[in-house]
Amino acid sequence: METIKKSTKKQEVDKIVVRFSGDSGDGMQLTGMQFTDTAALLGNDLSTFPDYPSEIRAPIGTVAGVSGFQVHFGSTEIYTPGDQYDVLVAMNAAALKVDLPRLKRGGIIIANTQGFDAKNLKLANYTDGLNPLDNGIVSNYIVHRVDVTKHTKECLIDSGLGMKEVERSKNMFVLGLLLWMFDKPLDNTEKFLREKFARDPEVAEANIKALHAGWNYGENTEIFNTQFKVAPAKLPPGTYRNITGNHATAIGLIAAAEKAGLPLFLGSYPITPATDILHELSKYKANDVKTFQAEDEIAGICSAIGASYAGNLAVTTTSGPGMALKTEAMGLATMLEIPLVVVNVQRGGPSTGLPTKTEQADLLMAMHGRHGEAPVPVLAASSPSDCFETVFEACRIAVEHMTPVIFLSDGYIANGSEPWRFPTEDDLKNISIHFLEKIDGESLLPYNRNELFVRPWIKPGTKGLEHRIGGLEKQNETGNVSYDPVNHELMIGLRAAKVKKIEDRIPLAAADSGNDKAKVLVLGWGSTYGSIKTSVKELLSEGYDVAHVHLRYINPFPKNLGELLHNYEHIIIPEMNCGQLLQLIRAKYLVPATGYSKVQGMPFTTAELKNKILELLNV
Amino acid sequence: METYTKENFQLSPKDFASGMDVKWCPGCGDYSILKQVQTVFPDLGVPKENFVFISGIGCSSRFTYYMDTYGMHSIHGRAAAIASGVKAANPELSVWIVSGDGDALSIGGNHFIHLMRKNFDVNYLLFNNQIYSLTKGQYSPTSEKGKITKTSPYGTIEEPFNPSELALGAKATFVARTQDRDPKHMQSVLRRAHQHKGTSFVEVYQNCPVFNDGAFFAFSDKETKKEEAIFLEHGKPLLFGENNTKGIHLDGLTPVIVDITQDGVNDLWIHNEKDKTKANLIARFFDTAFDGIQFPRPFGVIYADERPVYEENLIAQINEVKAKKGKTSLNKILSGNKTWEIL
Repeated sequence: METIKKSTKKQEVDKIVVRFSGDSGDGMQLTGMQFTDTAALLGNDLSTFPDYPSEIRAPIGTVAGVSGFQVHFGSTEIYTPGDQYDVLVAMNAAALKVDLPRLKRGGIIIANTQGFDAKNLKLANYTDGLNPLDNGIVSNYIVHRVDVTKHTKECLIDSGLGMKEVERSKNMFVLGLLLWMFDKPLDNTEKFLREKFARDPEVAEANIKALHAGWNYGENTEIFNTQFKVAPAKLPPGTYRNITGNHATAIGLIAAAEKAGLPLFLGSYPITPATDILHELSKYKANDVKTFQAEDEIAGICSAIGASYAGNLAVTTTSGPGMALKTEAMGLATMLEIPLVVVNVQRGGPSTGLPTKTEQADLLMAMHGRHGEAPVPVLAASSPSDCFETVFEACRIAVEHMTPVIFLSDGYIANGSEPWRFPTEDDLKNISIHFLEKIDGESLLPYNRNELFVRPWIKPGTKGLEHRIGGLEKQNETGNVSYDPVNHELMIGLRAAKVKKIEDRIPLAAADSGNDKAKVLVLGWGSTYGSIKTSVKELLSEGYDVAHVHLRYINPFPKNLGELLHNYEHIIIPEMNCGQLLQLIRAKYLVPATGYSKVQGMPFTTAELKNKILELLNV
Repeated sequence: METYTKENFQLSPKDFASGMDVKWCPGCGDYSILKQVQTVFPDLGVPKENFVFISGIGCSSRFTYYMDTYGMHSIHGRAAAIASGVKAANPELSVWIVSGDGDALSIGGNHFIHLMRKNFDVNYLLFNNQIYSLTKGQYSPTSEKGKITKTSPYGTIEEPFNPSELALGAKATFVARTQDRDPKHMQSVLRRAHQHKGTSFVEVYQNCPVFNDGAFFAFSDKETKKEEAIFLEHGKPLLFGENNTKGIHLDGLTPVIVDITQDGVNDLWIHNEKDKTKANLIARFFDTAFDGIQFPRPFGVIYADERPVYEENLIAQINEVKAKKGKTSLNKILSGNKTWEIL
């Protein structure tokens, strides 16, 4: 290593996208998250995209095993993890092969040279062992070859750790180097490492040593002569934290339970990418959160139905395949008219599909995926932090309207993170709960409805209110079993009217960007928010007549949606499915909307969306 | 609905009749079960409003509608899972699951075994009639091999479940068998089931007069009962036969039928409910499992031993974490550990 003090140029930039890419065992997720944490603490706005294979340890060095973590951070507002990256960290040849196509022309590659030895080249299927770093493939980029493995070993030669543990610290060398490149301090990571390895101080110190070695490598070697400086973003004033969608969902549920004054019960079966919600809630035992890891998906929702019947705020969390298994029980909850929140963190389907990749293809299942006429409110979150507010709303609707509610998230926002100006306890509205305690009138009428068509919630254990409920059709008001044909139709109508009535208690739809009248409306729902917002904002700043409306409430739709849609000449609906919201909108409002589909397990890029919107703008 | 002014200790069986027309077929064994449950409930010492019935689907599962308690007639096979949630949410409730052989052991088999394993303090009544009745006569997972039904016109080719063996294998802490035609016995078993802390599994042999009439009559008919059935009592020797002249002796791990008029009673097997190994052997007095010899079918409490119940463990853990960490304020949960200010 060269030790002569060199001159380093500092360059101010607005925003940067970095992609950490390596083998599943290289610790790229951790490296990326730590880098993100530091950027967040320094006030950058950001958005992240963890992108990993479904195999826990795919064969080492192969393309199948590449795990990536992308972070977009800046001094301006950031809504997406970025279409293309400025910097690609490639720990091995396979990582370069997978991720080079989305590196910006002229971008920087930091390559771990030992990951490009003959063995790795062969594993990555580079023909004839041709090293991409040595031929024309990378000629359009700035390539920094760093023997990360060697440097890490050198700096830890006296650490007393075994070779395996030393090898494992190489991601910290990389992190140190990247933190130097972006002029960011190491203290946050040091603190993290000391906490993570509290029981193993030797390992903590070794990692910290590797981290410093990486930083010093940037500082002292001639090959790195530029540090990039990204100023803090001008976000609305307040206190911020970084949060992923799954984490926001978990604490949104806790917050809703507290604001409703109810114990929280989660019945769930582990499934990617929803499991983190179960992990997170399991930690909150001291807050009276009961988590029940059920024997299967069906028991997950059924135990939640039981807990709701007994008076808890009950939730089940899952992803597509689990959602399919829960549909019969959702019909029961619809029939019983009890509160229940069903969280579906969508992933690529059908069947096992793409478990770790994102998709929005369960919308029609959420809307219609039950037997019989069984309308259920459906809400969708638009970003990691929006999962908090949306799931809180889902809980409010469930208990205030005595109905199961489906909350849709997806793998992209569930695992992605962003800074969040979190609310305080006092900012959150109370959720009003009313348990029937005694007979109101001459006799108990468990299916007597209030002005919102909502029946009373009656807990077992309430003296004098013993009654039976079940999946068989009920006589209006009494709730007794009834096979009367006219009563059945009446009850179907009442259950539907109850769900429709929710539209009176949700906000009206309005343009998120642009005006309430424009040539082109981009209508979105769920996790496409960031990409659409970025595209539309850019187009607006370029002078185009375009607007963006984003839907959180999909059943029922906001009352004014039809009216609003008719204000626009063209409507385009981008979705990570084959046009599901498109069908709902066209069927309900008879507007000639066009769809724009992407079902690649990947979010839309801003460029893709802009091009598509421009086609309509230029009609 | 009437308003109750009586105190709970004054409850009578009538107080547990919901007033709904009971719609089982004439002669159905379910009537007897309903009657015995309504007979024992008043003096179990539970406030009426704390009883909850959860049932699945099938003839048996209509039971819920006929009891004037809280109740949910749910979906096929899932009663155990729903009951788990009810009990976890409110351990004060006395939860009774009513299920049939198809509901419990076929479509609901997974929930059945996991309920036994988790050991919630609930009662599980399995109405076993060895047939699917509500769908009008198909074989069930407890139908005997070779049985001719609408879906097995040439006889079933499947081995049936032995429910008590299955429950023991799934770590049930209380396993008993009784029958619809023996009201007093059923009442005593129901009381024991209620007293037991943990999941109490009670298999009730129940006659379906329409689709499987007489399936269990051998265990209750005067002429055959003495030879075909054996009634277990804790601490008493295993005796059966006319005038209790036959007994069961355990030779190593092999049960042997002995004639006590010749061999005496000294070497007889003394029933010990807490002995799981022996309970496993008794449960297997079901088919010709031991050297092809037919043993009498056991009735009564086969196994009863206690271990901590799920909901108590759950609450104990909550209290332990509370004591150690204390409740985290909502504001602290919202802010997490790392925050920054933007001015």
